[in-house]
Amino acid sequence: MTGHDWIYWLFGTLRWSDFPPKGDLIADCAAGIAIAAPLAVVVLLTVKHRWRWLWEEWLTSLDHKRIGIMYTVIAFVMLARALIEAGLMRMQQALAVNADGVVSPEHFAQLFSTHGTAMIFFTAMPFLTGVINYVMPLQIGARDLTFPFLNAVGLWLTAAGAGIVMASLVVGKFAIGGWSAYPPFTETPFSPGEGVDYWIWAVSLASVGSMLSGINFAVTIYKERAPGMQLFRMPLFCWCALCTAILMIFAMPPLTVATGLLALDRYAGFHFFTNDLGGNMMAYANMFWLFGHPEVYILVLPAFGIWSEVISTFSGKRLYGYPSMVFAVMCIAVLSFTVWLHHFFTMGQSASVNAAFGIATMLIGIPTGVKVYDWLLTMYRGRIRLTAPMLFAITFIACFVIGGLSGIILANPPVDFAVHNSLFLVAHFHNMLVPGTLFGLLAGYMFWFPKVFGFRLDERWGRIAWVCWSGGFLAAFMPLYILGLMGATRRTAQFYRAEYEPFLLFAWAGAWLIAFGFVALLVQLWLSVKRRDELAAPIGDPWDGHSLEWWTPSPPPEYNFAVLPKVVDTETFTVMKRQESAYRSPDSYEDIEVPRNTGIPVIIGAAACVCAFALVWHIWWAAVAGFAAAWGALIVRSFDTDQMRTIPAADVRRQHEAWLTRARAATPIDRFAELEPANRGRAVATQ
Amino acid sequence: MNDNVARHPGVAAESSHPEVHRKPEPVMFGFWVFLMSDLVLFAVLLATYATMSVHGVAGGPAPRDVTDLASAAIETALLLASSFTFGLASLAQKYEQDPRQTVRWLLVTAALGLAFLGLEARDFVRLVADGAVPQRSGFLSAHFTLLACHGLHVAAGLLWVGVLLMRMRVGRLQQVVRLRIMRLALFWHMLDIVWVAIVTVAFLFGAV
Ligand code: HEM
Ligand SMILES: [Cu+2]
Repeated sequence: MTGHDWIYWLFGTLRWSDFPPKGDLIADCAAGIAIAAPLAVVVLLTVKHRWRWLWEEWLTSLDHKRIGIMYTVIAFVMLARALIEAGLMRMQQALAVNADGVVSPEHFAQLFSTHGTAMIFFTAMPFLTGVINYVMPLQIGARDLTFPFLNAVGLWLTAAGAGIVMASLVVGKFAIGGWSAYPPFTETPFSPGEGVDYWIWAVSLASVGSMLSGINFAVTIYKERAPGMQLFRMPLFCWCALCTAILMIFAMPPLTVATGLLALDRYAGFHFFTNDLGGNMMAYANMFWLFGHPEVYILVLPAFGIWSEVISTFSGKRLYGYPSMVFAVMCIAVLSFTVWLHHFFTMGQSASVNAAFGIATMLIGIPTGVKVYDWLLTMYRGRIRLTAPMLFAITFIACFVIGGLSGIILANPPVDFAVHNSLFLVAHFHNMLVPGTLFGLLAGYMFWFPKVFGFRLDERWGRIAWVCWSGGFLAAFMPLYILGLMGATRRTAQFYRAEYEPFLLFAWAGAWLIAFGFVALLVQLWLSVKRRDELAAPIGDPWDGHSLEWWTPSPPPEYNFAVLPKVVDTETFTVMKRQESAYRSPDSYEDIEVPRNTGIPVIIGAAACVCAFALVWHIWWAAVAGFAAAWGALIVRSFDTDQMRTIPAADVRRQHEAWLTRARAATPIDRFAELEPANRGRAVATQ
Repeated sequence: MNDNVARHPGVAAESSHPEVHRKPEPVMFGFWVFLMSDLVLFAVLLATYATMSVHGVAGGPAPRDVTDLASAAIETALLLASSFTFGLASLAQKYEQDPRQTVRWLLVTAALGLAFLGLEARDFVRLVADGAVPQRSGFLSAHFTLLACHGLHVAAGLLWVGVLLMRMRVGRLQQVVRLRIMRLALFWHMLDIVWVAIVTVAFLFGAV
């Protein structure tokens, strides 16, 4: 065997030249940040002697609340990265009218591929999974998800996928085939090298993780509801979580098949999607969008749930038309599986097929319209408080209607022939995703933050963030509608029409404003942490909430409820407050079982990450080792008989009674005074 | 949870006592949901096979040339028999005091599964020897992938049997192990059903 063979056996295709410097200033800076930021965290943890705390309190925890927080942290990190990429792309297009701009076309292609991948799979998905994880069990009066261990495995698989995307910043290059990675472009002849493989394995890990979360959410909602919590007494957020979970269960497998078959083509020379020997890229388009279309509803349904909670709480009213809301969500979930073909109207199927799918697509407007009217009627004659989440909600309704209309326009096949693959499409889906999903999740973050950490977020900076985000959204994306109609194509690094320039510059300014919005969120968090004593609301109900999560101390104990509530209404907590039974002592307490911490999910995630990275670089021994280690860890776990820990009734009593005493002693504050320092988390409705 | 929700009629639970049935309920239900998700995987692969077997032959071997009906018949018999013996294992778990009965039937099941995998591997080797490799055409890619995906599931089931048998040596037939056997049973029967679909689409449609 020659020396070269040994290198291949040991390191696969990985070479020194794949490491920085990459000879591209922007890429080198990005790699620098990707190395420096984790290093800084490591140093900080070491200096502060926090490793043990991190491992014991967080990484190994199976508590759904901590797992939810960790998901959200992943989402924020990836959001920061994807926003920087978005800003760069805007800058490039603005400066590259009849010029070269700042990045090469290939680098631009990497930017839109990583931006889309990071936003969809590693920002929006972990964010919504995190929020559902945290809130849903509390809302249905459950102690945890049905499968806490599985939940942690899902988290760490998602983290492994995010790690793979991050690794591509430093080692080698990411794909240039967009977030949908269409073959034949992503087949080996057109995309040799590691880029597409990075995409394949990152997305596969995330999709398996999401499928596991979906199962867990659905089973929890079906099986763990508190006594009396009939399905039609669930808060609307739980309905949205249920439909999201069902979509995850059925939509993730087609994606796994698509990425798996693409991998077989690339690694083993198969011919699923190649140009020759019977390959068929339409098969890929079908599979990908069989996942991809339901995916956009996976992204937006949880936000619908959040809007329903936020709007009804800050309007001081019951949600208008609850049953119609539920049916609308279910209709949307079902219809989302019937429209995937609108993503390839132009790829050669017959006119009648296009017509059928065009009509199916437009039908989704009906239930969505129902929801919009229900939200408006919830606000109508409500006693509205314009807090930051509520401001986001109002912007959402206005913008979402525009986005929905542009969607109906695109659902018309002849129109789609004209504008598909133009910036019009980019404007449309950002119009759905930014106000719909992202604003929803941000509103949810601000709304439930006091529940999670026991203190409110700074309101002024919340409003500044709102101004920047919504203004920035309008500035960044409305021009793209016009540009699209003027013929500007998407995913284009340079334009040669001077009349695009003003619009592109305007959109770039919008991206800046959004960047300020993100910074405002960080400032808000920083200031709030500093002033946490002043903002503390430990009793747990700062907004005069309706549903059960507000009937716990903030943050809630690991077992959520000392005694399970008896549910009598969709707004049980409101009823309890009205009857003045909310803070009464229960008759008796019982021992509560909670899952013990375990490091095995972390090991599984780490092993999966190693396996994926090794596959990208053809380091076969490490791929096999990682794969075996992941499954080995799971088998080891199956021999563990000591998985639960009991919290004695006496401890539960002590903690719960202490909270009740504090709650009774606290001065109730009027809900219109909720932003005052006096708000310790016991709000009341004074009419 | 409401008291009136349907309980899982798990034939293999220790006794028919409601308490004993209530605890496994979410676990079994979760596994059913997982199986639904897994079925979508097979459905997509079957659909891929269906198009590829018509449009992806690329002048190479067609379905008629690669399906060995005799072999498929034996494989089907083996797999159906293994489902039957798994049923016996489930019954033994419920009605026999002696866990060795269950172990015995699990071993028979595993042996049948192993024989199935052996025959399938022989089919593959023959095809490769004839030059009908998956790299030859889209159709052959789909053929190998569909069968291998099912085969991998069977192999995973066998590994699972092995782990369970080891687990039973460590402890006796506690509730945890019982529940795992019930889930493995569902998994095994599902693979049987998927196999019937594969035989219909890939072997019968192709050969007739
Ligand atoms: C908030 C500020 C954002 C800005 C300024 C922004 C900007 C951009 C730009 C410039 C592109 C490339 C368009 C082109 O190819 O010409 C793009 C593509 C994309 N964005 Fe965003 N985006 C933002 C947020 C989001 C969010 C929140 C999501 C999803 C949750 C998202 C998902 C995507 C996807 C999927 C693509 C397509 C990538 C591709 O072409 O394959 N973006 N975005
Ligand atoms: Cu769609």
